[in-house]
Amino acid sequence: MIKKNIINFVVTIIIALILSQFLPWWSVMVAGFVSALFFSLKKAAVFFIPFFAIFCFWSIYAFIISNGNDFTLSKKISTLFTLGGNPYVLILVTGIIGGLAAGVSALFGKQLSGLVKR
Amino acid sequence: MKYIKLLITFVLTIVVFYALNTKLGAVPPIGKFLNPAGGVWQNETNEIIDGNVNIKGLSAPVTIHYDAQLIPHIFAQNDIDLYKAQGYITAKHRLWQMEFQTHAAAGRISEIIGSDGLTYDQTARRRGMGFGADQSLIKMQEDPETVTFLEAYRDGVNDYIASLDLKNLPVEYKLLDYKPEPWTTKKTALLLMYMTKMLAGGDDDLEYTNMLRKFGKERFDLLFPDFFDVNDPIIPKETDWSYIDVDMTKTPQGELPQDTITKTIVKPHPDNGSNNWAVSGAKSTTGNPILANDPHLGLKLPSIWFVMQLSTPEHNAMGATLPGALGVISGFNTHISWGETNATRDVLDWYKIEFKDETRTQYKYDGGWKNTTVRVEEIKIKGAATVLDSVIYTHHGPVTYDHNFMSDNEKAGYAMKWIGHAGGNNQRPFLDLNKAKSYDDYVDAIKHYTAPAQNFVFASTQGDIAIWIQGLFPNKWKGQGKFLLDGSNPDHDWQSYIPQAFNAHTKNPERGFVSSANQHPVDESYPFYVFNDGYETYRNRVINDFFNSKDKFSVEDFKNLHNNNYNLKAAELLPYMFETMDVSDLTSEEKKIYNQIKSWDFNNDIEKLGPSIWRVWWSKLYPMLWDEFESDEEALTSPYTYQSIYLMTNKPNDPFMDIIATSKKEDAHDLFLLSFIEAAKELLDWKSKNGDYNWQAYKSTRVDHLLQGIPAFSRYNLPIGGDASIVNATSETHGPSWRMIVEMSSPPKALGIYPGGQSGNPGSVYYDNFVDDWAIGKYHELNFMQSTTATDKIIATQTLNPSK
Repeated sequence: MIKKNIINFVVTIIIALILSQFLPWWSVMVAGFVSALFFSLKKAAVFFIPFFAIFCFWSIYAFIISNGNDFTLSKKISTLFTLGGNPYVLILVTGIIGGLAAGVSALFGKQLSGLVKR
Repeated sequence: MKYIKLLITFVLTIVVFYALNTKLGAVPPIGKFLNPAGGVWQNETNEIIDGNVNIKGLSAPVTIHYDAQLIPHIFAQNDIDLYKAQGYITAKHRLWQMEFQTHAAAGRISEIIGSDGLTYDQTARRRGMGFGADQSLIKMQEDPETVTFLEAYRDGVNDYIASLDLKNLPVEYKLLDYKPEPWTTKKTALLLMYMTKMLAGGDDDLEYTNMLRKFGKERFDLLFPDFFDVNDPIIPKETDWSYIDVDMTKTPQGELPQDTITKTIVKPHPDNGSNNWAVSGAKSTTGNPILANDPHLGLKLPSIWFVMQLSTPEHNAMGATLPGALGVISGFNTHISWGETNATRDVLDWYKIEFKDETRTQYKYDGGWKNTTVRVEEIKIKGAATVLDSVIYTHHGPVTYDHNFMSDNEKAGYAMKWIGHAGGNNQRPFLDLNKAKSYDDYVDAIKHYTAPAQNFVFASTQGDIAIWIQGLFPNKWKGQGKFLLDGSNPDHDWQSYIPQAFNAHTKNPERGFVSSANQHPVDESYPFYVFNDGYETYRNRVINDFFNSKDKFSVEDFKNLHNNNYNLKAAELLPYMFETMDVSDLTSEEKKIYNQIKSWDFNNDIEKLGPSIWRVWWSKLYPMLWDEFESDEEALTSPYTYQSIYLMTNKPNDPFMDIIATSKKEDAHDLFLLSFIEAAKELLDWKSKNGDYNWQAYKSTRVDHLLQGIPAFSRYNLPIGGDASIVNATSETHGPSWRMIVEMSSPPKALGIYPGGQSGNPGSVYYDNFVDDWAIGKYHELNFMQSTTATDKIIATQTLNPSK
């Protein structure tokens, strides 16, 4: 089971990474959905594995970009969103938003895969 | 069960997608916005300023050197390539601002921000902003070369827009969830209209009409004299005008309409203004003329200015450009330097229009009926239905006020006659100034400039200095346009314009300097009718006193004058107040504040308490003095500061001094005390909430992002002194938006700074990196490159290549 979780996790990130190059933000929803279709998980893992995958993808990606620019803009956006001007909070929120989108679409993917297999 | 679960998860997915992909209230589409691969994170970067870029239609490569201030030095082989590159590079750093300002000019803000922008947009349409831009464009088309350059600039901007994909859009587009549209030549005309509205879009005619009716001519003239008792005009008083040989317009018989006007449109901010001056070689420590300019406008990020060097083998200019317009606006070239201050004049009048009937197809004129035309204004609104507003046009101009806007009379209205509608190629003069080599070239360049009228200061390496008050000015009969005019009476029309050669000017005056600070252009001896329509009365006297104070001036003196915080206004009233006010009944706390201001040296420096006390005191005294003019039923206005102080000190017992709400008969001295007590209370309140009321803290100068309500992109509480009416004219939100000093050596040496940064991207270190130095009165050397060879001051070079 752990192995399956890891596969789903890795596959979600890889699909998201590739699709993000030419699709808008919802590429992470596609990634969550597709990996759920082919690498079906159980219970809470259905949501949390893709959630965690995209959480990592988006927050690490955001961190790398903003770290390279001394967090100049992320501090301002964090202030704008009343997150206290802390760029790490904005990075965290970014991860959660991406993760949420992927997790929810994975739930749908899981239901659909159950139907197809029947 | 399976199907229900499927349905639920499907709906959930759609809901999450929708919620994260849609702008909800002020919150941007959050999934789209926070996506690291395409959203705001992609703006977290400095700009790319090296490498090669292919541009369509260039005839030869264009080299762009960037220095450490991110100032682009553009070297092109010809003018068309130059202006194309200017468009491309300006858009690269300031695209969102260029589009936003021209949308604002056109009354299209609602398209971006929704129905909150509707009143603003409708006012812009009713002012005829789009109509004025159309008229300008028609005029510009008479000059094919201007059109060619406007189109080159347009193509440059559009090349840049075409090179963007969604992830590279400026952050404001992502926040507000929209995309840039193509640039057009009309947008340049709209930008120039935006400046005309800002600088020549104000008047008090309708308020004056109410006041004249209410108080009578004698009292009105006491409050609003054509000339104050002091006047230190731009053109020295001793000027001989005998060469002016045209007839003045005769004052016609007949009555002015005596309407009661309840409400008027928003006026430009009173703190818009500027200083400029130049000293001759004889008055300069180095023997070279020195020139300075500091336009006082709204302090905004991104700044209204963008500094560039624009060079071809034929000419080489540098200075402040306006994103959206071509060429350098305030700057210098190899031979000359120039700068502008606003030349206030009454170029906006109102005419009462009587329609024949409710169809409003005809209006009364010259004993008969004249046809109207209609311009249907389509105001698109984000998230709501489009609003259509039919604006009626007469031969005067748009009927701004009618039963559809700020009025309820179906058969009458007020039409606006405005120089902004007269059409004018106000781009060309700047292009010619960029190339000018001498005084004669400068005069030729500005000759056809119409609006907003400016005091064009000039200095050359040949040793000339000059100032021309240049604009298209109606030749008015005495009193014309001070009040509402009769739109049916042909004698009330503007009869002619002042011939350009008779615009007031001076070249190499005996006193060895020229200067302007929005004061009266002339004294009473100038033959044409000019009345005080908001002339500044303080900065000019401090500046002229300074230049009369000694024989020679240096660049260092110029810097000191830019940063001069002397509050002449306070210095002219406070001693009188101290002398005449009875302070025996003040409490000990009040007495402490009184002693603080009494020991003040009248300099608005950041650490001082005096300026804050003066500010609060004045803010209580002024409305207390003019309580007669507070009214909800009709639009009134209060006299200018100078005349207010004049009346309090010269006529302290005038009936206007009385507070009408009290039974006691107050005089000016009572007002001083009463307003002081109120001020002391407010200061103590302020202190208990915010701490020490030193001038920096109390004034709290800020530079706001162009979109109000984005504090995160703004700068607050800057350590800068001064105030409105002070040479360092920095109030809370207005001030020296560009400070330039040029010494006319060969080549010229220049200093310049503005409260902003070259980049429009809040994610760039160049977004606001000038602000701190600007606040403490520092300048940056402008690197006026003499050849296209990069020096050690150049940090990167980009080449624009013709694409095949």
